[in-house]
Amino acid sequence: MAYHSFLLEPISCHAWNKDRTQIALCPNNHDVHIYKKNGASWNKIHVLKEHNGQVTGIGWAPESNRIVTCGTDRNAYVWTLKADVWKPTLVILRINRAARCVQWSPKENKFAVGSGSRLISICYFEQENDWWVCKHIKKPIRSTILSLDWHPNNVLLAAGSSDFKCRIFSAYIKEVEEKPAPTPWGSKMPFGEVMFESSGTSGWVHGVTFSASGNRVAWASHDSTVAVAEGGKTPVITALCSETLPLLCVMFITENSLVAAGHDCYPVLFVYDAAKRTISFGGKLDVPKQSAQRGMTARERFQNLDKKATTETKEIVLESLHKNSISEISILEGGKTKCAKFCTTGMDGGMVIWDVKTLESAMKDLKIV
Amino acid sequence: MRLAHRVKLIIEISATVLPLTPPGTGNLMDALQAVLKNPPINTKNQNVKERAEALVLKVLSSFKSSDIEKAVQSLDKNDVDLLMKYIYKGFERPSDNNSAFLLQWHEKALSAGGVGSIVRVLTARKTV
Repeated sequence: MAYHSFLLEPISCHAWNKDRTQIALCPNNHDVHIYKKNGASWNKIHVLKEHNGQVTGIGWAPESNRIVTCGTDRNAYVWTLKADVWKPTLVILRINRAARCVQWSPKENKFAVGSGSRLISICYFEQENDWWVCKHIKKPIRSTILSLDWHPNNVLLAAGSSDFKCRIFSAYIKEVEEKPAPTPWGSKMPFGEVMFESSGTSGWVHGVTFSASGNRVAWASHDSTVAVAEGGKTPVITALCSETLPLLCVMFITENSLVAAGHDCYPVLFVYDAAKRTISFGGKLDVPKQSAQRGMTARERFQNLDKKATTETKEIVLESLHKNSISEISILEGGKTKCAKFCTTGMDGGMVIWDVKTLESAMKDLKIV
Repeated sequence: MRLAHRVKLIIEISATVLPLTPPGTGNLMDALQAVLKNPPINTKNQNVKERAEALVLKVLSSFKSSDIEKAVQSLDKNDVDLLMKYIYKGFERPSDNNSAFLLQWHEKALSAGGVGSIVRVLTARKTV
């Protein structure tokens, strides 16, 4: 598990390029830094300066090699690489609050921006005017959109919002694509249609993810729960109340397993059993260094008892690799069907690349189905 | 739940709890289960909520310190969350005789439910 500390500032968001040699990240300011992998170290090769506010979301389209960034200045820019320089194109989102998250669609002909204006902007390129146009999805969103994820069919979009709901919308744009085939979430998909709305969990929905097939959606919400919904005539929702602090990001790594991470600073595995309709806690995915267990003197023991009313010998030191909350997970290899490597970045300015095979062998009873 | 029904439920539960005033022990585990059933979450009537809270605190205070852990183990996940909600409601009005036992209950409930149960107390829209 390679831990690399980029800077001391939190990493607001990150995105990888297609061959995973370059990473674009925002060090909690108005710029985007692009680092290139050089053996074991990372060199900063580009700085993208255009935003007037903190950059809150970065998306790097693997095939077309375009970067989309959105920020608190209510703008989004699409960057294209021309002669080793990234050139921005402004996209007018028509929002009056900060943009919070952005995601390229699987076919890379559209992207979605979630914002504090209680709407999602779906932007697509109009050839005649050589301009990015955006359409809004407003109803029935009541608060900020915190996270987005596209369905593999390029039309459905899952959105997690701070109005305590995870919804699946249709983002079908007739100008750029054909009518989609029916899915378990519904067959009629006009633009802006709500195909699914979650219930049963409360708390802001921080992270949403579709499974590789698109038949399942999982979300992590602020009341320390993780829930999975299976599409169908009546969607089946299963939720697990976890004993940890709230999770901020969640990602399917196989059709049945989810990796989630959040304020507890280590990724956690959950396994979803469709037959039994349960989610179970799979294990804590962290390999902490074994600190030497020194014995306690009698004096220390009494001091502890006096000050903290506890006789435990554990020291209050964070043993995980990340030293602060993890805010984003991205898949590096293997896709969502059989992820082999994933990456986490957090508020400690560090990035960790996790290797699934190494984790499986390190933790004996870890089972990734 | 309708107000009349809810008040009737509270009277029923009081009937099981009142015989528990010391020195009689009665069946404390059953009382705990009974008092955590059907919490007044959806009602807007403050009176009902206060009566329910008083009842729960009464049951919690009649437990011996050594029995608390066993009692918490006998509850399922949702009940532990509900117990945490009542404990925090009890913290809101500290008095000389309730802080000590509430803190003991809190410690045991925390080891059963983890910090997640406290987060759920803080994020719950409908409180007990």
